Amino acid sequence: MGRIITKRKIAPEIISLEIEAPAVAEKAKPGQFVILMTDERGERIPLTIADYDRQRGSVRVVSQVVGKTTAKLSRLNEGDELFSFVGPLGKPSDINRYGTIVVVGGGTGIACIYPIARELKEAGNRVITIIGARTKELVIMEEELRKVSTELLISTDDGSYGKKGFVTDVLEEVLRKEKDVKKVWAIGPAPMMRAVCKATKPYNVETIVSLNAIMVDGTGMCGTCRVTVDGETKFTCVDGPEFNGHLVDWAEFMNRLARYGQLEKSSFETYKRERGKDNG
Amino acid sequence: MAEMIPKPERMKRSPRQMPEQDPKKRIRNFDEVPLGYTAEDAIYEAQRCLQCDPPPCVSGCPAEVHVPQFIQKIVEEDFAGACIEILKTNSLPAMCGRVCPQEEQCQRVCVYNKKDKPIAIGRLERFAADWAREHRVKEKLLEIRKKDKRVAVVGSGPAGLTCAADLAKMGYDVTIFEALHKPGGVLIYGIPEFRLPKKIVGHEIDKVKELGVKVTTDLVVGITKSVDELVEEFDAIFLANGAGAPQFMHIPGENLNDVYSANEFLTRSNLMKAYKFPEFDTPIKVGKKVAVIGAGNVAMDAARTALRLGAKEVYVVYRRTRKEAPARVEEIAHAEEEGIRLDFLTLPVRIIGDDKGNVTGMECIKMQLGEPDESGRRKPLPVKGSNFVMQVDMVINAIGTMANPIVARSATGVQTNRWGYFTVDEETRATSREGVFAGGDITRGSATVISAIGDGKKAARAIDCYLSSGSSLRKR
Repeated sequence: MGRIITKRKIAPEIISLEIEAPAVAEKAKPGQFVILMTDERGERIPLTIADYDRQRGSVRVVSQVVGKTTAKLSRLNEGDELFSFVGPLGKPSDINRYGTIVVVGGGTGIACIYPIARELKEAGNRVITIIGARTKELVIMEEELRKVSTELLISTDDGSYGKKGFVTDVLEEVLRKEKDVKKVWAIGPAPMMRAVCKATKPYNVETIVSLNAIMVDGTGMCGTCRVTVDGETKFTCVDGPEFNGHLVDWAEFMNRLARYGQLEKSSFETYKRERGKDNG
Repeated sequence: MAEMIPKPERMKRSPRQMPEQDPKKRIRNFDEVPLGYTAEDAIYEAQRCLQCDPPPCVSGCPAEVHVPQFIQKIVEEDFAGACIEILKTNSLPAMCGRVCPQEEQCQRVCVYNKKDKPIAIGRLERFAADWAREHRVKEKLLEIRKKDKRVAVVGSGPAGLTCAADLAKMGYDVTIFEALHKPGGVLIYGIPEFRLPKKIVGHEIDKVKELGVKVTTDLVVGITKSVDELVEEFDAIFLANGAGAPQFMHIPGENLNDVYSANEFLTRSNLMKAYKFPEFDTPIKVGKKVAVIGAGNVAMDAARTALRLGAKEVYVVYRRTRKEAPARVEEIAHAEEEGIRLDFLTLPVRIIGDDKGNVTGMECIKMQLGEPDESGRRKPLPVKGSNFVMQVDMVINAIGTMANPIVARSATGVQTNRWGYFTVDEETRATSREGVFAGGDITRGSATVISAIGDGKKAARAIDCYLSSGSSLRKR
């Protein structure tokens, strides 16, 4: 378990890994996540499941280099074995036949919404998918998402592809036009998810977000991933990772997300310096 | 062989103290605090033993260690033999010698305890186990006939390891399932290096594996595999997944950035080795002034870890008094020697933070003791108007744990009580579902390593009975 079967670079600094994990693949559902470690000294990091193949016994994750652990992960090759790989953790997305659904993905969150969009479509929903990134080359999984969406809309911050602006700009247009959106799913960086919630609020459309909280064990043992939802403390790992975004205390969530920011930054810098030496 | 000294002579001796690292030095490292007996220390202490018949100490030991026999081996300077004697009933002697509350078990019933100077059984156990490890003593295992029955053990903490080892010694095919990436449970993620070196835990787990026990890590029973699925593959199951979930006080400010559960703080430091950051990748933060809420062993572990990670001042805050504090006397003494301040009769009511979510203080109220409550302890009551603010920048919550429901949710027909713990028969550890047994913290709430070991032993015996009678979970 944990062997990298295929590795693809799908954008600058973004890789897609297919990992051998039959026990995880067998149980995996959209919305769930895994926790992995690259090596014995590594961190345990949660990654949302981007896809799974029960026949091949594999799980796919998409990762962008943002720190030391993701940098180490990006250096692994096909055939390499992860030190640890566990899942599928968290509650699955609540997939039902709702009607019209808008699914919004930003950055690597695009990968996370893929299995959700696919299952929603299969369940008979009209799925409008909006994906966005900073610039054209960071727009990932466009073709795959097109296949599982009724309609696919794209935005880039710099206007190099699709509509210029944020996913929320596109979402506002959709909400104005579509009279009967039953639910919105939004996965991406915390500021984006918060912005989506702000946009859907006036329309009173339930908005599900998937929180990328810091975790250690991922099974409800440590409480690192605490978040306040509707005034109550929840553990993202076992009560989530999906929550009603209109009820999430975003300020607290984003503060907690930044808890180790400085330490993570210095650790990444040291790592890059050392890698630089190795290569020189 | 050391000489047998006459009884009156033995009784005159005072217990041999165990040397410890100097408190000023040890707060700057994670090395073990008590340094262990030398051979001479061990013999001196062992010679005090009166070899009572029947021995009260054995009845005080949930692991049923043959105490007089192993102590006699030490007197005879057969240190390997001493360890082998312990291993007959206890697969985790180096751990028990360190973290067992002997003062409440074997040493409490020692005849010498009447004069308040019981034989230091724990120290002797530790000595024998350490000696055997350092001298690579191989336990000669009796040839056991392998049995055609498979047992699943859920959780690799002290209960699971003990049950697995005992069953393997009886010839059963045992597989332990562990949710984390390393086996050991609380011994690995909970108890710090300076109290229980991980090398020693690793060694004792390796010995269990040498018995033929298989350990599958990274498999969360209840998630990756349900108990109901295990039923299809195994003849009997022992659930020992620990209490797991941290409790919070539900006071304002508890989700501020630098408010940790003791589970998180200790798991980062112990399991993930964050105390070696950035050599290891997992970060940990520690404030200048740290408050630890609670006064159990876990609170002491968290407080002493915070100190070693660089906190300038550490306060343990507890709503009752020293007398009611659940931590071992030895642990409280160690903490105080290291400069940790204990604030008794103090209850936190609010944690205060700034707009970035950083902790700037903790508001507390003074307490006084009233009438005894249902636990028999005098109930602490707030003193009106005594609120004050402690200047701290980090808070660690060590008020205890509760049942993690993950395993129970996947186990059809296995009853839990209103707190989520499995209900079991005290003696057989049998749950409400035939063939499924349970022990350790998930049956009693946060308790001790030794009670978990006791449960593991009882369950192994009952599982042997169950399987020997021809019963099995599997439909054949």
